[in-house]
Amino acid sequence: MCYDNNNVFCNLTFNVKCGEFLSVVGENGSGKSTLVKGLLGFKKHSGALEINVRRNRIGYLPQQMPVAEDFPVTAGEVVLSGCLNDVGFLPFYKTRHKEKAREALEKMRALDLEKRCFRELSGGQRQRVLIARALCAAEELLLLDEPASGLDPMVRAELYELIGVLNKTCRLTIIMVSHDLEGVVANSCKVLHISEKASDNFFGTVSEYMQTSVYREMRCGCV
Amino acid sequence: MFNEIARMFSFDFFVYAFITGLLTSLSASLLGVNLVLKRYSMIGDGLAHVGFGAFALTAAMNPLPAWAALPIVGIAAILLLRLSKNSRIKGDALIAVISSGSLATGLLLLTAFEVRNDINRYMFGSIFALDKIDVIISAVCSFIIISLYIIYYNKIFLVTFDENFARASGINVPLYNTLIAVLTAVIIVVGMRLMGALLISGLVIFPPLSAMRIFGGFRKAVACSAVLSIVCFTAGLVFTFYFSLPPGASIVAVNLLVFILFTSFGKFRQKG
Repeated sequence: MCYDNNNVFCNLTFNVKCGEFLSVVGENGSGKSTLVKGLLGFKKHSGALEINVRRNRIGYLPQQMPVAEDFPVTAGEVVLSGCLNDVGFLPFYKTRHKEKAREALEKMRALDLEKRCFRELSGGQRQRVLIARALCAAEELLLLDEPASGLDPMVRAELYELIGVLNKTCRLTIIMVSHDLEGVVANSCKVLHISEKASDNFFGTVSEYMQTSVYREMRCGCV
Repeated sequence: MFNEIARMFSFDFFVYAFITGLLTSLSASLLGVNLVLKRYSMIGDGLAHVGFGAFALTAAMNPLPAWAALPIVGIAAILLLRLSKNSRIKGDALIAVISSGSLATGLLLLTAFEVRNDINRYMFGSIFALDKIDVIISAVCSFIIISLYIIYYNKIFLVTFDENFARASGINVPLYNTLIAVLTAVIIVVGMRLMGALLISGLVIFPPLSAMRIFGGFRKAVACSAVLSIVCFTAGLVFTFYFSLPPGASIVAVNLLVFILFTSFGKFRQKG
């Protein structure tokens, strides 16, 4: 399986093989979220973008979700809605969808949240529920747009651990957009760095990435 | 007690009002959940005013039946939903402009064509002046709305909850938004005959709001909203019958009472 992207706004090329963990990093406004939308097929693009997963079978975690504070919905209902791409024209979910939703919650260690009201959950709990929803929708590819933003370090570490487990034991391909370099370096196997200057674009393994000047520059900004 | 109920239902006008009102409130309360959650509550109100203008137009062009107002309101619903998307303030002001604009046009039309008696009817409804055709049309409309809502329940939920994720799941988001807009327009036009332009949005907004005070799950909130709409409508209609109250107003008043009750109960439970 191979994704090859020649994107016109930054002219970049990268590929992800099945079971790999790619992190997409870069400054604000460099086009990370645009790339995600391109992968999902929301945006038109020129060049070769080859995705060997059915387009609506990508598990997607949106960057920020403006959840209305008064939206009455349980975590279980949110996760189940991830199965909708498999339901087709049927009006209702089947038993196997409900089982899949429970499994996804279990994988994210959030089974105890199933009956809880989504608006009452903490940021970390919400993120876990939303990743569980993405898991329900995912065939092989999980697309996470800043899963760790707004979380405290403890919760963040736990979240990365869970994502790592999904990648290694469930053989799920993961593409993660992130600002958190430490998390990226510790968890992913490949890195795509998008920059406004095309010459600063980078694609390679984590150890290669750590040798680059771009990485050191970003690090200085952080530490 | 039983005799009293039998007496109420011995009047044709009461039976017509009961059937039409029950179905209309039920479908209005279902759609209302999504409208409230999408922050479109005011659109119901705006559409009712457009409906007033449209009804006035049909009254002025006498051979047209009142139901000819439906396409006008439908188009207005789609436009309002599309435009309010781009920016909230613009949409907000737009609703105000359209509301007062069509209200003024409607009043002028009714006066110019000397059908002033109808003003009251369109403003406050005429639930006890329905004929068989009204009952049939509103029953068919409600039936369509309720069945579409049940069939597309899961998709409508996801589009309301998270549009981006819905798109990623391959759901045609604009199509469902248009569906919600058109169904809302239908229920507003149907409901206006009963409740009038000024009170119809009470039927759409109150039951879901009350239900949301108590229930944390979507399915439960929808179910509760449906039950509340039926209970409140029936209670309001019975009060109207016995105390000769204005029907629209007493139905909305019962809804308001339930809303206050549920809000205080929700607050109380949160503390406890």
